[in-house]
Amino acid sequence: MRVKHHPILGEDKRKENVTIVVDGKKIKAIEGEPIAAALMAAGIRVFRKTPKKNQPRGVFCAIGRCTDCVMTVNGIPNVRTCVTLVEDGMVIETQKGLGKWRESR
Amino acid sequence: MKKTQVAIIGAGPAGLAAAIEVARAGGEVTLLDENHKPGGQLFKQIHKFFGSREHRAGTRGFRIGEKLLEDTEKLGVKVLLDSPVYSIFKDFVIGYISDGREKAIQAERIILATGASENALAFPGCTLPGVMGAGAAQTMINVHRVLPGKKIIMVGSGNVGLIVSYQLLQAGADVIALIEAAAEIGGYGVHASKIRRAGVPIYTSYTIQEVIGKNSVEGAVIVGLDEKWKPIKGTEKLIEADTVCIAVGLSPLAELAWLAGCEFAFVPSLGGHVPKHDRNMETTIKGLYAAGDLTGIEEASSAMEEGRLAGIACAESLGLYSKEEARDLKEKVWARLNTLRTGPFGKKRRDAKDKLIEMMEGGADIG
Amino acid sequence: MAKGIKKTGVPSWEELKSSPGLPDADRLEEGPVAFIECVQEIPCNPCETVCPFGAIEVGSPITNLPKLYGEKCTGCGLCVAACPGLAIFKVHKNYTNTTSLVEFPFEYHPLPKTGETVRCVNREGKFVVEGKVVKIRNSKQFDATALVTVEVPKKYFLEVRSIERKR
Ligand SMILES: Cc1cc2nc3c(=O)[nH]c(=O)nc-3n(C[C@H](O)[C@H](O)[C@H](O)COP(=O)(O)OP(=O)(O)OC[C@H]3O[C@@H](n4cnc5c(N)ncnc54)[C@H](O)[C@@H]3O)c2cc1C
Ligand code: SF4
Ligand code: SF4
Ligand code: FES
Repeated sequence: MRVKHHPILGEDKRKENVTIVVDGKKIKAIEGEPIAAALMAAGIRVFRKTPKKNQPRGVFCAIGRCTDCVMTVNGIPNVRTCVTLVEDGMVIETQKGLGKWRESR
Repeated sequence: MKKTQVAIIGAGPAGLAAAIEVARAGGEVTLLDENHKPGGQLFKQIHKFFGSREHRAGTRGFRIGEKLLEDTEKLGVKVLLDSPVYSIFKDFVIGYISDGREKAIQAERIILATGASENALAFPGCTLPGVMGAGAAQTMINVHRVLPGKKIIMVGSGNVGLIVSYQLLQAGADVIALIEAAAEIGGYGVHASKIRRAGVPIYTSYTIQEVIGKNSVEGAVIVGLDEKWKPIKGTEKLIEADTVCIAVGLSPLAELAWLAGCEFAFVPSLGGHVPKHDRNMETTIKGLYAAGDLTGIEEASSAMEEGRLAGIACAESLGLYSKEEARDLKEKVWARLNTLRTGPFGKKRRDAKDKLIEMMEGGADIG
Repeated sequence: MAKGIKKTGVPSWEELKSSPGLPDADRLEEGPVAFIECVQEIPCNPCETVCPFGAIEVGSPITNLPKLYGEKCTGCGLCVAACPGLAIFKVHKNYTNTTSLVEFPFEYHPLPKTGETVRCVNREGKFVVEGKVVKIRNSKQFDATALVTVEVPKKYFLEVRSIERKR
């Protein structure tokens, strides 16, 4: 959920002006925001599954330190989504285990 | 290889303040940060700061950040963003990554201001999506303007736990419980009072036993603790929630100081292993300074003062200030720092810092 | 139940009464006055610096509790907006024969409207009584800390300290 109105920071005037594709689904995002923020705004919380036990993981630190939030982005695995900014047309996939490299589209 | 007079690693409040001092003295500064934007943790701090007028008390953190950026720009500080530093080699050669490539820059002096990272807490379910650092939630709501959840449990009652709880309320979420394992609230009472007035219950002598949920957080079981911090049977409570925020302290981000070969001390009240330093913030390696959370967890106001100290001392060592000029400037900063480190909350840190500085001559660890 | 700021986050009456920030009983009768609920020694003094009438003293060391000089306080409310701890209130006990005014800092969205009936809460966030918003001050100088004044039945003027957030 986005914080549209804020008592201190005022109104958020940015517009959802780009589209990203997450596991095949189109999602609106704001240019310049991290992928993790766009996913969280869309209510997506599971970013990857762990290699051995297939357990879900999501954002933990949000500043690029813990690597819990890594996903496969444009075919490249292990991208920290909390510090990687969205671009129009980006293709993002929930990462299974260590992920696989794939030709980017 | 690129060269610079003073390289500062980390553009948080400590690094920015240090850069301003060096540049003001006429030094040439390169500031490196791994982020897209400078400011470190300062831009997520939307509350009004404590302190006195000299500390800009009553001003919101992000506005102080805006002023620091303005000053660094005016003074012509070079800022390299998206540039994580991965090591410090011999002769002060700094290795960093930029545009996916390894680069190097050599400096005459280095100031480390890399800040801290949030501690995690282990309990069943602690890795479920929806369990996150309180600082992470703060980053999400105040910088990216996205709510991590609607019903939130906060773990830890230090100032970060209290402040972030308040800011979650301001962003429109409900904080349905704040739990603290100790018998008393750790942070400032005035911060606690704010969230109590907004209806947030604070459970002291409680801990989180387990977080439940299939793919993400659906609730948590909290349990009361006796004087020996043992769970008391029968006090378990199941609380429905979609997010659990962890605010159980920070640890200095000291890898670069290790790599550079600094001597360390273990000081629990400062957050763990910190590089030893003297009253100039100079470490055991000549010409290498450290400031901010890296040298002990405090808050942004003290991080800025430490940055100023390091900057002034660094300028002095380069001959940009005379001994007398530097002494006067440093004394003023020390007076402000000591003011921040008074009272029951600050005294412990002041004592620890004094010991740390004494240790530059001594050697033994403090317990 | 254990009481007190360290245990509950709410200052107890004992803590409040023994702190130097409260106006005395006579001063409360006389008109609007600051009511400082800051009972811990923290390094902070914007309340002292902002007061144009020298009615608050922190002095040195900066961790002293703020002392209110009730006779100097004009009830202007500047300290209510300046306190980073949101720990200062303004009370006007004898607003009418039956009602009092309580002014408090409010940093949530949306703000209530003047004239609106609101649910007033105590220091624990518990509903006390319905009140009427009589004034909202939100000047640029306050930097997004709005000051809301509610009119409440007189017997609650020491109890009401905020209103419920709207969601
Ligand atoms: C997430 C978080 C939230 C916090 N919130 C509050 C709060 O609300 N209130 C409060 O009083 N205190 C808070 N703190 C405590 C904090 O002590 C201070 O507020 C203050 O920001 C510390 O300043 P600093 O300059 O030392 O570090 P930081 O502000 O953390 O700045 C360090 C900078 O160094 C950069 N960096 C680190 N390593 C490298 C590297 N290898 N290469 C390049 N750059 C690097 C980082 O990207 C960062 O920009 C918070 C701390 C954290 C971690
Ligand atoms: S209400 Fe005005 S006069 Fe009274 S203490 Fe506060 S700032 Fe001073
Ligand atoms: S400004 Fe507020 S928190 Fe600071 S000393 Fe004054 S009353 Fe206490
Ligand atoms: S959430 Fe920790 S690296 Fe992204």
